[in-house]
Amino acid sequence: MMVSPYPIATIFGVLIVALTIAAGLIWLERRLLALWQDRYGPNRVGPFGLMQVMADMIKIFFKEDWIPPFADKTVFVLAPAIIMVTVLMSFAVLPIAPGIVVADLNVGLLFILAMSSLGVYSVVLAGWSSDNKYSLLGALRAAAQMLSYEVFMGLSLMGVVLLAGSFNLVQIIDAQRGLWFVIPQFLGFVLFLIAGVAETRRLPFDLPEAESELVAGYHSEYSGMKFGMFFVGEYLGVTLISALISIFFFGGWLGPILPPIVWFLLKTFFFVCFFILLRASLPRPRFDQLMAWGWKVMLPLAIVNLLVTGAIVLATA
Amino acid sequence: MFSILQTIWNVFLHMFHRRVTVQYPEEKPYLAPRYRGRIILSRDPDGGERCVACYLCAAVCPVDCIALQATEDSSGRRYPDFFRINFSRCIFCGFCEDACPTYAIQLTPDFEMGEYHRPNLVYEKEDLLINGPGKYPGYNFWRVCGVQIDGKGKGESEREAAPADVHTLLP
Repeated sequence: MMVSPYPIATIFGVLIVALTIAAGLIWLERRLLALWQDRYGPNRVGPFGLMQVMADMIKIFFKEDWIPPFADKTVFVLAPAIIMVTVLMSFAVLPIAPGIVVADLNVGLLFILAMSSLGVYSVVLAGWSSDNKYSLLGALRAAAQMLSYEVFMGLSLMGVVLLAGSFNLVQIIDAQRGLWFVIPQFLGFVLFLIAGVAETRRLPFDLPEAESELVAGYHSEYSGMKFGMFFVGEYLGVTLISALISIFFFGGWLGPILPPIVWFLLKTFFFVCFFILLRASLPRPRFDQLMAWGWKVMLPLAIVNLLVTGAIVLATA
Repeated sequence: MFSILQTIWNVFLHMFHRRVTVQYPEEKPYLAPRYRGRIILSRDPDGGERCVACYLCAAVCPVDCIALQATEDSSGRRYPDFFRINFSRCIFCGFCEDACPTYAIQLTPDFEMGEYHRPNLVYEKEDLLINGPGKYPGYNFWRVCGVQIDGKGKGESEREAAPADVHTLLP
């Protein structure tokens, strides 16, 4: 069977754009945090400090690739790769614009949830193989947090699936032509947003790495490019969750006048900025607060949301 | 719950606040006249060195960064043979300026004295001396002190009475 050059171009396009955005986010985050803290942030290297990312990347590539002698070497090396692979796999099913999607899976939504579940392995294995108490504590926290929040991350999306009648992301977007799902599924949107922050281990929920308590949590022992992969993985995760929010609740590429891809990128960019705003404003909760919040508030809400949506869909059908 | 949203909103509003960072090399900060920066040695209004090499600055210096050697010229004025400040040690506390009886040593509002080589931070007398009186324009130590030097005998200083003739005080 002939493979046309078109899907290859899409694959590499998505890969390169995703990695570039993830690297650019480091700069964006530092500038935005600075803006909200009345500072400037990196503004010396190149125009607006953009070349700071390049400088940091060159630096991190030339750092010593050190593995602690007490670490479990194979797993230690494998762990950072897992997070990159799982997140990048999720990018494969993201519909960026009509016709621009690497794999138009019928179970796209389930695939993304599965990949984000696999991402837990990266963190847990990193903490375990480091053979360091802080890493292990971080990994334990990450495992508990990500497993708990995954439960209602999936449940909060089921309302969208019920309304769209499909797990396919393209069809979910098409189902929002009349009305973005954020209006009938506002509760689902809020739940998914919170779960998304927890899944990417971003700041209000960054207990797994909590630098004031656990050194750097599960990646305490990592340095050089292996740490860089965790770092890029985190920013890829932020991009992914932002893209998913815009696809599931804000109509993905749908929008007037501007070309679809611009709409998609604009919506994604908005939520990336919101993620950074959360980091700039909110303190970290205690771990028991985090678990209680997840199981006692978010999970019941997600189930109620699912039941009510299901009842309405059933009644109107 | 509401307070969380309010926090997020308040932080967002900081977008429109003025940034407090001073963009230093382009934008110089204002330094008060009494800012404690680079140390200088000043001169009398008539151009002579003010320093009388009393060693008080070297004695008071908490990090011992001042070194000098006193000597005397032909007119009877004491002055430092060499005067050396090691700015890689100096903590800019200003004690030397406090201790100085002649207003010779003064701190200035200048801190841009970075060097690539540490020995360049050792300033000799010719690096420290300036051609002016610094913060005390009219002051001339040798005009007000009671010490006798060439061209100014006993009792000839400003606001100084002529020395008492001890023979006239006899009972």
